[in-house]
Amino acid sequence: MTDTATRRPPARAVTASKPARPAGRRLTLWQRVKRDKVMLLLTLPGLLYFLVFHYVPVLGFMVAFQDYEPYLGFMHSPWTGLDNFTAILDDPKFWSALGNTLLIAGIQLVFFFPLPIALALLLNSVMSDKIRRFVQSVVYLPHFIGWVIIVSLFQQILGGAGVVPDLLDSMGLPRYDMTTDPDAFPWLLTLQLLWKDAGWGTIIILAALLSIDRGLYEAAAIDGARAWRRLWHVTLPGIVPVIILLLILNLGMVLSVGFEQILLQRDAVGPDAGEVLDTYVYYHGVRDGQWGTASVVGLIKALVGTALVLGANKFAHRLGHEGVYRRGDS
Amino acid sequence: MEKPSVPGQLLKGLALVLVVAAVMYPLLTVIGTSLASQSDVLKQGGLVLWPEHPTLDAYRTVFQGGVVLRALMVSLLITMVGTIASLLATIGMAYGLSRRDVPFSRFILMTALFTMLFNPGIIPNFLLVKELGLYNTFAALVLPVLVSAFNLVVLRAFFMNLPQELYDAAKVDGAGDFRVLLRIVLPLSKAVIAVISLFYAVTYWNAFFNALLYLDDAEKWPLPMVLRTFVLQGRSLDGAVAGEALAPQQSVLMAVLVIAVVPILLVYPFLQRYFTKGVLTGAVKG
Repeated sequence: MTDTATRRPPARAVTASKPARPAGRRLTLWQRVKRDKVMLLLTLPGLLYFLVFHYVPVLGFMVAFQDYEPYLGFMHSPWTGLDNFTAILDDPKFWSALGNTLLIAGIQLVFFFPLPIALALLLNSVMSDKIRRFVQSVVYLPHFIGWVIIVSLFQQILGGAGVVPDLLDSMGLPRYDMTTDPDAFPWLLTLQLLWKDAGWGTIIILAALLSIDRGLYEAAAIDGARAWRRLWHVTLPGIVPVIILLLILNLGMVLSVGFEQILLQRDAVGPDAGEVLDTYVYYHGVRDGQWGTASVVGLIKALVGTALVLGANKFAHRLGHEGVYRRGDS
Repeated sequence: MEKPSVPGQLLKGLALVLVVAAVMYPLLTVIGTSLASQSDVLKQGGLVLWPEHPTLDAYRTVFQGGVVLRALMVSLLITMVGTIASLLATIGMAYGLSRRDVPFSRFILMTALFTMLFNPGIIPNFLLVKELGLYNTFAALVLPVLVSAFNLVVLRAFFMNLPQELYDAAKVDGAGDFRVLLRIVLPLSKAVIAVISLFYAVTYWNAFFNALLYLDDAEKWPLPMVLRTFVLQGRSLDGAVAGEALAPQQSVLMAVLVIAVVPILLVYPFLQRYFTKGVLTGAVKG
């Protein structure tokens, strides 16, 4: 958002209904509110939404310091200080859920994150516009398919009576059902995520690739750099800022690995492998009614997530990259 | 620059074919199986890529009525009402914030953007929905996700990049802010609004967790919830479809999956070319 403000006369000199104001006279706040009342009214429903559904719920974290009973409500449930926090730290299920979350996030960072980049490089190197556009249309599509459907598709193919076990059977190998194997769970999730979002992830990388100056490639070629060297010295430096941006966003999400996706499959592999922080909060809190301790986990997760994004962003600034949020920017 | 080598080209082509096949295979087998007859399913095992005796019996079974049909209606209703409500709120807010001289606009924008950073999570949201009396109502699937900060940023950036002269000319003609929005801004923003509608519609169409969390009553379940009980939890279809099943159970299940994907497949080709623009404006501004 660049300089729209400077293009618009600040006090709006030209108005048909009102005479032009003398230059240099500033409007009071009230006059500006009156002048822009339509704009403010249009903003109101959205603003109300954000206040009610994103800020008011923060009050709900009171529950983290209470022995909350739904029939007593916030006002009458007994306060317990930090008891819920110590209870969580003593709960092995919490540590197991945290471990699973980090394991899954780590595997996805290593095995999912680079693939959209590789796919974008491949697409970018396709000379024919027609073929490239066709492949793009195909690989963007799964992004719009919901997790319930995707998990169902994978179950039909990899699950007990699915295509892959049948295939193994026909080759004389033992039937193997990946969807119920706890050890394979992080890999199953990564595979599903790849199917859904590897294509969609290329969009932002492709745009970065397009913005690289063609001249740099020609100069490098004239200097004798062959294809691989051009990739290393021209292409990769050109997309590093975007990769860093994506890494920051990823880091902020490290504690929220695919919630719906995992919730749908947790029971197939059992909670020892399938429980992550979000599902822990859901089962422990909403299902079992342990509101206090479950919301401690939610609170910690929300705070750590925010701190991670802000921290990673600061770190990127220090390295001289733009990061997600720029100062002096609206 | 040197010409690309032949083996290199072949490798690239092979990689592209594999990628396309990996995406299309699951979708095509599901469609194939939904059209399969009993003999096809028996002969080829669980999934049928190419049914030899294609039949629409599975779809007839679903559309005779019952749980699946009702869930389909619920999903359609939520998607339509939700998308319209979300669009109205997002357009109003994006336009209201598209001029920097509007008082408090920066503060309001920051209020919205900060929600991208901090998400209170399941329990506070659940308690709020209960306190507001939205529990077990369709409104619980719409109101808690009414405006996406990402879509708001995309749309606001688009509005801000429209030529300033258009606004000025309209003002000279005496048009108020609301008239400018209706007569000038919206007609110029059809493409970006189409993409945002798709994003919202897909969210509502695929709504699963909010339905699980907020809808107690199985009669109100949208399609993804019903899909889960039949396809993933393996509950029998008996009683889920009205009348007797005309087709093998496997085909009926796959027909439900196809019905859940088809609306997306239908709108997708028309909107696909606008994605890059939409995603990028938002991504750059985060």
